[in-house]
Amino acid sequence: MSSVGLIGKKIGMTAVFGQNGQRIPCTAIVAGPCQVVQKKQSSTDGYDAVQLGFEPIASRKLTNPVKGHYRRHVDAFYRYLKEFRVSDVQPYEEGQNLAADQFEIGDRIKVTGKSKGRGFTGVMKRWNFTGAPASHGTHKVHRHGGSIGQMSYPARVYKGKKMPGRMGNGKVTQKNLEIVDIRPEDNVILIKGQLPGPKNGILYLRKE
Amino acid sequence: MDSVLNKIEREEMRIDIPEFRAGDLVDVHMRIIEGEKERIQVFRGTVLRKRGSGNNATFTVRKVSGGIGVERIFPIHSPSIEKIEVVSRGKVRQSRIYFLRDLKNKQARLKTRGNR
Repeated sequence: MSSVGLIGKKIGMTAVFGQNGQRIPCTAIVAGPCQVVQKKQSSTDGYDAVQLGFEPIASRKLTNPVKGHYRRHVDAFYRYLKEFRVSDVQPYEEGQNLAADQFEIGDRIKVTGKSKGRGFTGVMKRWNFTGAPASHGTHKVHRHGGSIGQMSYPARVYKGKKMPGRMGNGKVTQKNLEIVDIRPEDNVILIKGQLPGPKNGILYLRKE
Repeated sequence: MDSVLNKIEREEMRIDIPEFRAGDLVDVHMRIIEGEKERIQVFRGTVLRKRGSGNNATFTVRKVSGGIGVERIFPIHSPSIEKIEVVSRGKVRQSRIYFLRDLKNKQARLKTRGNR
């Protein structure tokens, strides 16, 4: 939580060639430019944080209270607002612009996003249960989870029992991700591997 | 936003790769790193197929080495490829000439096409 991060948008996956000719699968993110909308300090707000805005929009798309917040601090309007806790707010100023160049190639970062929602899923998809055999007399239970417990003792189902339910659409943080390339002219960061969420999903990038 | 992805892929692609297609006999000069030393290894064979697009495209080369068929798949735009030389152009009607795998010796020859 030392230094501030960036807000970004996932634009999809591709691959680049590494130094030894190996193919590195990458997720491309348009990261920033973000503007510091508000500085929060422990003396006034009880904690130190920097609030960033990302993706400018027309003010008519915002409600009056939100507009007022933007007008008070910076004269610009953004679609996304996100606070990043920092250990020291001194280096940051309201109105300051942050871009992808605050990261370096080879940096280890962590990325937070919202995973794709899968809706109500069964136990095979949600918990990797094996299901039942496809044949040999199996009747109508091919994707069922089987027994959910014992009999008269304990006479109940244990808490936390893995069962069908809603899957995905939750906050996911991936750590120790490697920055493969940074393209400041497009504000694009290439990160090795997969990242949570759909294309055009919002991601929060922080240094490890 | 897709155009940014396309741009990244285009920059990764090589423009010095000659045009070739399935049926062509090619020499693929691969850079091989052995410990500290780097050397070039040539893989000569017939192109069985090309697949993929952008910087993700690959091609398969087949040769018969000591009576045993050997196939290698190369990424077309890999920086490990020093160069690709087209030795001769084969005349084939399919874009994927898998039937070559079932043929031996004299039957596995292809007619050549054009000159260049």
